[in-house]
Amino acid sequence: MASAAIPANQTPKTNYLTNGYGLKSWLLTTDHKRIAVLYLISVTVFFFLGGFFAMLIRLELLTPQGDLMQADSYNKVFTMHGMIMVFFFLIPVVPAVLGNFLVPIMIGAKDLAFPRINLLSWYLYIIAGTLFLHCMLIGGVDTGWTFYTPYSTVGSNTNVVEAGLAVFIAGFSSIFTGLNFIVTIHRMRAPGLTWDRLPLFIWANYATSIIMVLGTPVVAITIVLVAVERLFHLGIFDPKLGGDPLLFQHLFWFYSHPAVYIMILPSMGVVSELITCFSRKRIFGYKFIALSSVAIAVLGFLVWAHHMFVAGISLYAAMIFSFLTFFIGVPSAIKVFNWTATLYRGSISYATPMLYAFGFIGLFTIGGLTGLFLATLGIDVHVTDTYFVVAHFHYVMVGGVLMGYLGGMHFWWPKISGRMYPEGWAKLSALLVFVGFNLTFFPQFILGYVGMPRRYWQYPDEFQVLNVLSTAGSSVLAVGYLLPMIYFLWSLRYGPIAEANPWNAAGLEWQTTSPPPTFNFDETPVVTWEAYNYDEIAPKELEAPVGR
Amino acid sequence: MADSHATTLEPEAHNPALLHHFADAQQQKNAASLGMWLFLVTEIMFFGGMFCAYLVYRLAHFNAFAAASQQLSIKLGAFNTAVLLVSSLTVVLAVKAAEAGNRKQLVTYLVITVLLGLTFLVVKGFEYAEKFERHHVPGPTFSFTDTFDDGSQKIPVNPNEAQLYFSLYFAMTGMHALHMIIGCGLFTVLAVFAWKGHYSPGYFTPIENAGLYWHLVDIIWIYLFPLLYLISRHR
Amino acid sequence: MSEHATSSRKFYVGIGMSLLVLTSVTVFAAFVNLGPFNPVVALLIATIKATLVVLFFMHVKGASEKLTAAVLVSGFFFLAILLSLALADYLTRAWR
Repeated sequence: MASAAIPANQTPKTNYLTNGYGLKSWLLTTDHKRIAVLYLISVTVFFFLGGFFAMLIRLELLTPQGDLMQADSYNKVFTMHGMIMVFFFLIPVVPAVLGNFLVPIMIGAKDLAFPRINLLSWYLYIIAGTLFLHCMLIGGVDTGWTFYTPYSTVGSNTNVVEAGLAVFIAGFSSIFTGLNFIVTIHRMRAPGLTWDRLPLFIWANYATSIIMVLGTPVVAITIVLVAVERLFHLGIFDPKLGGDPLLFQHLFWFYSHPAVYIMILPSMGVVSELITCFSRKRIFGYKFIALSSVAIAVLGFLVWAHHMFVAGISLYAAMIFSFLTFFIGVPSAIKVFNWTATLYRGSISYATPMLYAFGFIGLFTIGGLTGLFLATLGIDVHVTDTYFVVAHFHYVMVGGVLMGYLGGMHFWWPKISGRMYPEGWAKLSALLVFVGFNLTFFPQFILGYVGMPRRYWQYPDEFQVLNVLSTAGSSVLAVGYLLPMIYFLWSLRYGPIAEANPWNAAGLEWQTTSPPPTFNFDETPVVTWEAYNYDEIAPKELEAPVGR
Repeated sequence: MADSHATTLEPEAHNPALLHHFADAQQQKNAASLGMWLFLVTEIMFFGGMFCAYLVYRLAHFNAFAAASQQLSIKLGAFNTAVLLVSSLTVVLAVKAAEAGNRKQLVTYLVITVLLGLTFLVVKGFEYAEKFERHHVPGPTFSFTDTFDDGSQKIPVNPNEAQLYFSLYFAMTGMHALHMIIGCGLFTVLAVFAWKGHYSPGYFTPIENAGLYWHLVDIIWIYLFPLLYLISRHR
Repeated sequence: MSEHATSSRKFYVGIGMSLLVLTSVTVFAAFVNLGPFNPVVALLIATIKATLVVLFFMHVKGASEKLTAAVLVSGFFFLAILLSLALADYLTRAWR
């Protein structure tokens, strides 16, 4: 395979950041690394916006009386929080930022297969985000992030159609990202990079992309049907006109349950990279971890109605879905056990990314196991729509996805920016995030178990102590999230210059410079080794290229 | 794989359509083709949501669906099916012409395809107009007085349930027609490009991929026709 | 792709003709009382037509690799999951 090698006049070398400075060079770029940075900025904006709404929720729940806002405003606030965090943060965050940056480099390609479609994805995301912000400014929407009918079609008098349109467009952004990743991983791998040599982050993104491509269109058409019903007063889901609101829930969760795996799988991929690097070991059970990602993607489509156990589905269907849901625990547990086995007798170092990886394993395990409680019909009937559910999915979504994302951001920040972050501050913020997270969400397990329902702006006095704990935790968590933003920005100017491979890690992305040149590699690499060959990398020998 | 290297020596030097991040034309072509197939899968799932709704409601309100379905014209539906199938044939002949490097034939087949697509849309337009005249368009003016004949007696039909059928009818055929309009636009552009000589036996991926899209739209109609037009016609 | 990617024009016209014939068969079959098998026959014929289009017009038969077929089959497979598991609920509701 011949490749267009860049001539070897490498000094002074331009990288992807110095290759053009104007606004146009960013907004019209087709470089996957620049698009990743664009995503990083936009996703961060939405994260803090969603976080702002989260703080409003926690402030409202500080006191039982509901004295900060009215019930209607509270409905809008938790809806905004949910929609922003799910559709504009959690779904794109790891694939669109870290995945966009790393997938081509990790497989030794110059770019994604369709660079212009990649840029289109970002523009679709921005159009959707702008629409959503507009919807928010003209009064918001109050259906909950799930758009449940018939409230969303005949009940609510807020801007459901505009919010739906925003989600619809954001969905196409994610479809195009997934499509791009699948084609890239199939068609653009460097010579010698066989499927069983791929980094597990690539496997995870591949599995994620399968869900994006197969699931997202279904929610897109469902939202179109909701909008059409609302605009033209049809009876597609309206029970008064012969429709069935449960059909909406079936179609919605057919995507939105697998969407949970869109969020968590890429973070699992990140954790596989971190665990191996900071315990200096080959991954334990490579094939099992790789295939468990694909298994999660497929099984994820078989379990959706566990969100509907008390909604009125048949008992028979409820039993089938409960039964199937337990199976999803198997591949998830395979991953956790294999990570733990990888740690065994490793030379573990406690750099910041590894702290986040540890946090991920612990919190994801709690989140996953409580998911099994909820899969059990009898328990679900008791705790459905309570704070137990809220705590469960925040353990997976925040404790899982966000921990993985932050771990990955610290790990690859030297590669993305060419600078090192301040390790002391980073460790402090990792600690704050972990403590703050548990303080925020662990009390919610108890609250839910003793019966506090979700989505209410008031509550009986006896729930106050736990709610105060949760609100206190959320402010610690907020500090933990603000700190990285501050020191990452600080490091852009004042951080020490990063070497090509500061962690002495395996993986093609560490063989190119930090930051990488526009076409990633001076010469297309040829891969002759397995992923995570840490036993072949001497710990101190920083300059030695891996493999050849 | 191997013979492509034989036919295209030095692809980077000779093929202006080769993008910089691909190693060779074959890789680029394979990537585009896989991307198109994945896009087709998203289309299947997109229409799949509506097929699911159709299935659920047809089982729940069979009488109303049968009675409402019998208001459609089988003649127009079958005619349109035939038009679409022939257009699929012309598309595949266009791809063949492109592969053979026969520019005139390629343009001719593309133009015929667009004309057939427009024929389909015009017929569809007449069918829609008839629905408006008979108040079969869902909404405040909807009315439905026909009955379901189960062989022995005429059973009155709940108009709400018939309206559900027509909601799905318009949603599914409307979404299909939208895809047809996009396809016609696509082929018009491709016909212009083909006329200008953009395509060669070494590079006609856009023709192939647009063809795949058109065939999928055709396949969706192949299912829509019996599901929407042919419910319980033997009564 | 190799030079044998497409077939002869005669062959394509033949496939096109069979599709038209199958369309008339499906219309004809709709007017015959087959009891519960009317929709089954209609869908069966539609599936035969779709298969012809996929295999010969979309060139899945004779494609150089199995991947395209796998992609397409996965689409229909996951659609089947959606339909069958949704029906697992609708067909077993006690109050219908």
